[in-house]
Amino acid sequence: MKHRADIVIGGVRVAVVTSSPTFIAMLQERYAGFLEAPGAADFEFEIDVVAPREDAPDEDVRVYRDAGLWRIERGDFRASLDPVARRGRIRQSENPYSIDTVLRIVHTLVLAREGGFLMHAASALRAGRAYLFAGVSGAGKTTISRLAPPDAALLSDEISYVKRAGAGYVAFGTPFAGELARAGENVRAPLEAIYLLAQGPRNLVEGVAPAQAARELLASVLFFAEDAELVRTVFGAALDLVERVPVRRLTFVPDARVWDLIGREEQAA
Amino acid sequence: MSELFVARARNVAARMIGGEMMVMSGRDSSLFSLNATASILWEAADGVTPLSRIVEGRIVTAFEVDREAALKDAEELVRDLAGHGILTLSETPIEP
Repeated sequence: MKHRADIVIGGVRVAVVTSSPTFIAMLQERYAGFLEAPGAADFEFEIDVVAPREDAPDEDVRVYRDAGLWRIERGDFRASLDPVARRGRIRQSENPYSIDTVLRIVHTLVLAREGGFLMHAASALRAGRAYLFAGVSGAGKTTISRLAPPDAALLSDEISYVKRAGAGYVAFGTPFAGELARAGENVRAPLEAIYLLAQGPRNLVEGVAPAQAARELLASVLFFAEDAELVRTVFGAALDLVERVPVRRLTFVPDARVWDLIGREEQAA
Repeated sequence: MSELFVARARNVAARMIGGEMMVMSGRDSSLFSLNATASILWEAADGVTPLSRIVEGRIVTAFEVDREAALKDAEELVRDLAGHGILTLSETPIEP
């Protein structure tokens, strides 16, 4: 008997099918806020659940094209995706991390074609507008998420989802959690501003030169594919984002008052 | 002395943003920000104009520098960028 879970992130439906009821139960728990009743899927993956490899090498994920298929591989899983049929197969043990990685990569491939990204960034929605907080590990993504006021909805404390929408961008919630170990809320809003995080002795918002903003945002974009055409596409899309959405540097002390600064320039304008 | 011809590599993306030319290699996603001189060379690197003529027409006049020194610096610069895979060099014109 086959079991199925439809995981919908950023409006993209990925159906996961397997004969393992315990694997599906694990997915239902992990992606609870992002599940929908079975429907017409954008992508469908059949999962072959296998015994964990004791000797699985600790290696970086590889994403490459091979005979018309996308191959996604790491020590703990092997996956393939036919981008035309939009069907794929994943061979992995019963763990949430392998499927989580495949989902992230599928979304990066989809988003790259649509001028969007997954980014190493926290994001939150407040008063109908989304704000994104990018930075390297330790810059404060988890801290700014933890300090968010009660009227803010956390979209993610780790992996943010940004999609092109007309002349602007929309940020979506994701189930991809970081240190907070808490999935984002499954909501969306127009992206109002991007903050490059730095922790410092006082709260301060400053402008960032466009080229510098592009450099730092490109460093935050999740992109795995060894594919020159997609690299060019992502580069162009990142520069488009910088030209359309205000990017500012936010230096802050770990204090909830920092949220008084978020969106202030946009509201004043 | 032989001429040097320079062309932008095929697998790169480039765009001017905020007055700065940014170039990304499609080979390994390396990102480069070009200074004013490198930006001029990049824009003029059509594969058929000799480097010496680019330097004479675009660098020497713009920066009021000695031709020989400018050409030496430009050769170093384009060889460095070629080493990163974002320019192609040849002693003969490079077909588009």
